Amino acid sequence: MGMTMAEKIIARAAGVESTKAGDIETVTLDKLMSNDGTTHLTIDMYNNKLKNPKIADVSKLVWIVDHNIPADSPKTAASQKKMRDFAKEHGITFYEGEGVCHQIMMENHVCPGELIFGADSHTCAYGALGAFGTGVGCTDYLYAMVTGTSWLLVPETIRFNLTGKLPEGVYARDLILTIIGKISANGANYKAMEFAGEGLHTLSMADRISVCNLCVEAGAKTALMEVDDIALDYLKEHGREPKACFKSDDDAVFSQVIDIDLSTIQPIVAKPHFVDNVVPASECYGVHIDEAFLGSCNNGRIEDLRAGAAVIKGKKVAPKVRFLVVPASRAVYKQAMQEGLLDIFMEAGAIVMNPNCSVCWGACQGVIGEGETLISTGTRNFKGRAGHKDSFVYLASAATVTASAIAGEITTADRV
Amino acid sequence: MSQSFTAKIWVLGDDIDTDIILPTEYLALKTVEDMKPYAFSPLRPELAGLIKPGDMIVAGKNFGCGSSREQAPEVVKALGISCVVAKSYARIFFRNAINNGLLLIENADLYDVVTEGDSATVTPGKKIEYNGKEYEIASLPDNLLEILNAGGLVKAMRKRNGLEV
Amino acid sequence: MAHTLIEKIIGNKVGHEVKPGDIVTADVDWCMIDDIMVPFAVQKFEEMGFTKVWDPDKVVLIYDHFLPATQTDDSRHFREGDAFAEKYGLKNVHRTDGICHQLMTEAGYVKPGDIAFGTDSHTVTYGCVGAFSTGIGYTEMAGILGTGQLWMKVPESIKVVVDGVLPSNVTSKDVILRIIGDLTASGATYQSLEFSGSTIDAMSVASRMTMSNMAVEAGAKCGVFAPDEKTCEYCNIPYDDSIKALRADADAVYSRELHYNAEELVPVMACPSLVDNIKPVSEVAGTKVDQVFLGSCTNGRLEDLQTAAAILKGKHIAPYLKMIVTPASRKIYREALADGTLEILSDAGAIITTPGCGLCCGRGGGILSDDEVVVATNNRNFLGRMGTSKVKIYLASPATAAATAIAGVITEA
Repeated sequence: MGMTMAEKIIARAAGVESTKAGDIETVTLDKLMSNDGTTHLTIDMYNNKLKNPKIADVSKLVWIVDHNIPADSPKTAASQKKMRDFAKEHGITFYEGEGVCHQIMMENHVCPGELIFGADSHTCAYGALGAFGTGVGCTDYLYAMVTGTSWLLVPETIRFNLTGKLPEGVYARDLILTIIGKISANGANYKAMEFAGEGLHTLSMADRISVCNLCVEAGAKTALMEVDDIALDYLKEHGREPKACFKSDDDAVFSQVIDIDLSTIQPIVAKPHFVDNVVPASECYGVHIDEAFLGSCNNGRIEDLRAGAAVIKGKKVAPKVRFLVVPASRAVYKQAMQEGLLDIFMEAGAIVMNPNCSVCWGACQGVIGEGETLISTGTRNFKGRAGHKDSFVYLASAATVTASAIAGEITTADRV
Repeated sequence: MSQSFTAKIWVLGDDIDTDIILPTEYLALKTVEDMKPYAFSPLRPELAGLIKPGDMIVAGKNFGCGSSREQAPEVVKALGISCVVAKSYARIFFRNAINNGLLLIENADLYDVVTEGDSATVTPGKKIEYNGKEYEIASLPDNLLEILNAGGLVKAMRKRNGLEV
Repeated sequence: MAHTLIEKIIGNKVGHEVKPGDIVTADVDWCMIDDIMVPFAVQKFEEMGFTKVWDPDKVVLIYDHFLPATQTDDSRHFREGDAFAEKYGLKNVHRTDGICHQLMTEAGYVKPGDIAFGTDSHTVTYGCVGAFSTGIGYTEMAGILGTGQLWMKVPESIKVVVDGVLPSNVTSKDVILRIIGDLTASGATYQSLEFSGSTIDAMSVASRMTMSNMAVEAGAKCGVFAPDEKTCEYCNIPYDDSIKALRADADAVYSRELHYNAEELVPVMACPSLVDNIKPVSEVAGTKVDQVFLGSCTNGRLEDLQTAAAILKGKHIAPYLKMIVTPASRKIYREALADGTLEILSDAGAIITTPGCGLCCGRGGGILSDDEVVVATNNRNFLGRMGTSKVKIYLASPATAAATAIAGVITEA
């Protein structure tokens, strides 16, 4: 019987010939990413709950300070210091202030065929390079850190066959929000979401990361895409070679197969307070906004900044709107600087920030107040996610967010 | 202003800055009442909880140096401090205190001899009696007394605008 | 009668000669209210019973301390400021343009000879263009909003003369720190610091700003420079006779005079936790540092970023050290983008944030925790200002900050 991509990656990591959905496998992890959201808790457990703890393979650990950087309180500063000191003492690969963890992983670490745990739910982004990334809590993370292994329930796979091409002015963000709306916020619980088909080859790496990143919002354990030339070029550009490129066998068993014609996708907005509460953007026209956010592991890449800059060039941010533009990494920041995008945003009145999670994470930068509304390219719009418990978050593409920042109300790029 | 009162003394040092009196973190709390627990917290986190209405503060030179944050004298007043006696004051703090009706007394000697927890008797504009000794204090200039006597600048302005004070 | 510079500025405004100790009531040219104080000033203004702002065009609201917002209640200050502006017809509202004290001169408000008050102690900065400006509380600000006037005592003046050429690693920051160390944190209380001498003449307006900005750290009411051609170019006004008249008379009377020979000055730092705890950098060199902060209304200008970039070019900050760069205004950020300064700083590993007060005001932008050491280019190192009271803050010039960032320990540039 054929295997899915997810099954093949797990089989490799488990050192077995084959495996199937529903099996539980003991796997060796290829990489272990953790950020300042929770690492201090992992360290506390490491120091206090374990007897003579030891890290199984320090070369697999990547620790990234990205959630509260620069620190906004003595408490976050203390947890970062704990992380920094531990990383230094044990020789763990450590990034601080270099960008959002998932972007740094994509630029520097993720390889096709790998099995990666990240102490962050959006670790599923790594599927854009054909790697099995999944989010875990700090207990699972700690176990993997000290043993190098973990157990994994082999997930069923929902296969999305993509055909056609996204229309002009429609983005990967619109695609994945449409999909989440279609299958609902728990439509892929415990499952892998796999994307394939001719349509996949029309999507850039930025598009792919954006799609995979958001799959956890449908409950998915991971997201996976076949490795094609576009992915291989990205790897090469970033100085890496593929290890193992898998794709699902023709006779692999999928729990569901969904066909998506990319040319039918329209600009979409996810309304408060759930990611699957999606409507065509046109249904939200006129909703007053106080803040707009272009950034995050979902839409903080150079392609997203280009899309935003193209919309805002020569225009101004509405006077009372705070428009945060936050490149996803230092590399993106530099590229945007060299292409003149940062200056376009600054001239327009945007707030250009250092690469970090920013208001997507709801702390540190751009926290919104009581009754305020944010339109965001971030990953979540849960109640209170961006600040005050009585505030509102709409999710949309970089172009829609930027257009809304100009208008002071939700609108699309064709209307500004 | 010349009514005598006796107060328990809290002693603070030289250069008690406005960040010590109220750190920036708490400046935007909605009311001065909300800020009270954090007064003096960088230096003595327990102090705000110990101060009782009517107590006084004795300090060294340059009390209130630093920022123009009026929350600093307001929070001291809200804690119920009857007066501050210091060797000298920073000027913005001084103006802000007067504008809020917080009595500030300048005295060069008291700080060097007091012990925290003791009491002193203050007769504004005249003297402080402590441990059997009298310490002379100067009266405020007239224009400041006017504001103090009006009960602070807000009341003075209300009067100017023909409103009830 | 001979007059000091501040006596002339105030005298011109009130229309008669003044001497130190005189209590005068002056018409105010500019009022600046920052985001922290807006709700308080508005509340007092309404409590006072005013129904209109005396001159809405002379009031400037600037949101800078809470930008970007780090707490859920921060944006309430923006909303209350906007509502006030709308209700009373204020047009000058800067919501995301940078630090108030940078904008008040950069955006063309305060000019030589003006009188300006702001709800922040570093309002003294505008002395750099020969204006009288100082910080006040929100209650007094509310009074000015209603009346357009404020009473003040004409200050005595301390004359500070700096002559000669500064060594290449000594900046105006080192000069003002040295002066504060000599005067102490209360040595100029109620007084005007008046800066002059050939070193001062040679300084850019930006460098002078650093010095007037910190005058308050010696307790001064203001720190003033006589306006010259450079000032007028910066302010975009002609260097005419009225400007030329804004300088002290040769025989003016000062309460005190300090003279410095520039060649003898060395890089210095304000050591924890008082601004007047001044030591030569060489004396504290080698102290391990966790973070470097380049920014603030004291040293977040283009020349400061350029000074740091010249030192950091082609190099990288020390491992595990953070360097945070916060340009003082949107204009400066864009200039530093255009001339490659930001790229050099970013390549060296600096974290570049949006213009605003940043770490200096202690509500974000790189807060520290117990036992951490920060070398910062801002104006205050008070206990607990950048995190817990166990954080050690050293104040230094941009050059010292940059050299320290590379070495990871306090280092002379």
